[in-house]
Amino acid sequence: MDLGLLAQYVMNGLMLGMMYALVAVGFTLFFGVLDIIKFSHGDVLTVGAFTALATFIALSALGIESSVVQLLVMLLAAIGAMAFLGAVIARAFVLPLRSAPPLNTLLITLMIGTVLREMVRLFYPDGANPKPFPRLLPADSVNLGGFNLRLDNVILLVAGALVIVCLQLVLNKTKLGLAIRAVAQDEETTKIMGVNFNRIVLVTFAIGSGLAAFAGVMNGLYYNEINFGIGLYLGVVGFSAAIIGGLGNIYGAILGGFLFAALQTIGAVSLPFASAYKDVFAFAVVIAIMAWRPTGLIPEKTSERV
Amino acid sequence: MTGKSKTSVASILPGAVTLVLATVYLIVLLRVENQATILALLGVGIAAVVMANWLGWFASVGQSFGEREGPLGLLAVGLAVVVAGYFHGDHFVLLLLCTVLLYTLATLGLNLQFGFAGVLNFAGASFFGIGAYTAAVLNEHTSIPHLFVLLIGGGMAALIGSLLLLPVLRTRGHYAAVVTIAFALLFKTFLEVNDLLGGPQGLQVKSMVLFGWSFNNNIEIGSLELSFYFAYFIASVLLLVGAFILVRRLERSWIGLNLDALRLDETAAQCFGLNIVRWKVTAFLLGNFLIGVAGTLQGFVTGFVQPNSYTFADSLIFVSILLLGGIGNPWGVAVATIIVVIVPEKLQVIQEYRFLLFSSLVIMVLLFRPDGLLPRSVRNYFPGWRP
Repeated sequence: MDLGLLAQYVMNGLMLGMMYALVAVGFTLFFGVLDIIKFSHGDVLTVGAFTALATFIALSALGIESSVVQLLVMLLAAIGAMAFLGAVIARAFVLPLRSAPPLNTLLITLMIGTVLREMVRLFYPDGANPKPFPRLLPADSVNLGGFNLRLDNVILLVAGALVIVCLQLVLNKTKLGLAIRAVAQDEETTKIMGVNFNRIVLVTFAIGSGLAAFAGVMNGLYYNEINFGIGLYLGVVGFSAAIIGGLGNIYGAILGGFLFAALQTIGAVSLPFASAYKDVFAFAVVIAIMAWRPTGLIPEKTSERV
Repeated sequence: MTGKSKTSVASILPGAVTLVLATVYLIVLLRVENQATILALLGVGIAAVVMANWLGWFASVGQSFGEREGPLGLLAVGLAVVVAGYFHGDHFVLLLLCTVLLYTLATLGLNLQFGFAGVLNFAGASFFGIGAYTAAVLNEHTSIPHLFVLLIGGGMAALIGSLLLLPVLRTRGHYAAVVTIAFALLFKTFLEVNDLLGGPQGLQVKSMVLFGWSFNNNIEIGSLELSFYFAYFIASVLLLVGAFILVRRLERSWIGLNLDALRLDETAAQCFGLNIVRWKVTAFLLGNFLIGVAGTLQGFVTGFVQPNSYTFADSLIFVSILLLGGIGNPWGVAVATIIVVIVPEKLQVIQEYRFLLFSSLVIMVLLFRPDGLLPRSVRNYFPGWRP
């Protein structure tokens, strides 16, 4: 195969992997602190992307044209709003159901996801159709012999990597991170040690949802288009990525995200009919992975208490 | 005998009266066209239910349903036919009634998986769609008698469902949910990109012919002309009654007991020697079969299949019906289907908002009444036995 084309595929795979990893990290964080899967995570991403788009439109209407300012404000608005939304979901719907059967938590987050998705579809002006997302990053490109390395892609990749590094620093070097890890390890002991459990849960949900908003903006900037269904897709894929890596493990989630993107890219390259069946292939891989490793490549440590 | 008064069966009257009142209400609701009147009617209905609940009337209704299920079921079928007879010439209302019956049938299948065995299935609409597409394809390319097409449609849903068996059996809880969600998304995308199955435009389904009698002709008996949907209505009623009896019998049998044990505590059930895999497989396949049969007939009824009718959101509607009615209770499923199918159709304002509305409703139910509108009662081991 042509080297330039190969490089293009690799770049595309890296971008996808970064987005999947960001979503997967969210799933892993929630699972860590509460042992639940928050199925509305993907749709929070959608709402985040649409919040950014609405902010962009508002800024343009106000006459602010500098794309750097626009992008920064959009990111701030989306991440802030989604962090708040994530905390609200945790406070109002997830925490009250802690003593209910796990099935109820699953259903309620699934239904919250539907509510968010439908709200975007129905109440965002013309939300049922795909929306163009503004190109805000410099579109310059460097030609590397048959392959155009686009500057905006590089910026997105670096930004994504930075976010993950920052998150990892917060988790490992700060007192808050220590508390989150402690809650994930043993809730009761942590409470005895004087950690405010509810607050840590809310903060974790805020962080995870903020990451989702970031991934949503990234998705919009990369494809220059968003629609109300992106979250459902990215949510399922991100969840599978988290599973591949083993839930409750940040590095596993990042690894899973890139691994899944690699699988998808390889599928797209090697299967002749794959362009139309790209998503079918992706979901089939999800199902196959679940059959092969039901709790991930790095399995979650469980012991049945009877 | 002194013991007789204690074990004597409850009166059939409260149940019968409730059924008749509900039927009258349904007829009026279906009859009215004016949006404001419909809104007022719905308000009256909700108020009446709240009032009756407050006065404690539902306890005796529940008792008479629990103990005199056979005659009351017969009455319910009779009343359904009465409703259909009242609207005998009205295509739209009969189509609506067929949809209610077939959705109930499908949700009964889901109930078997979800409510009895505790096997999650968030791809209900996909299996429904497999049935409908089977009807379309077999009808177009073969001359298999349509009674068999119904069975094959169910069989196809079970067969394709069996592809999911391995992941479903190996995973639990949240993980299992993802398997079926991924399948629901896969199925819809597959239908959209596959040109053989009509792509996004879907396929036409030719009308049903049973015993040499085409279902798409209006029926004339003397001077009385019935809508052609009436035949489909009768077919749906027969299928539903069969499935209802099957599910009820299963629930009461040792199989139902095994499934309950499996759902409540897998580990404990295994310790008592139950074969988990066997019962999970049974429930999953049989449930899918019922959903598939319902889908096949629905394909015939609407005469048209397209990917957009079988999305993940539609699967969630099935789950909402189950949850709203009370997981595990077939009667609750029937009531919830009537609400979920008929209300948005009659109240055109909310048609577009139905996914939003019903998911919010489920959230409310989960927060405030986790057992649903009509919670499943404790297993009735002997007739007249009260826990």
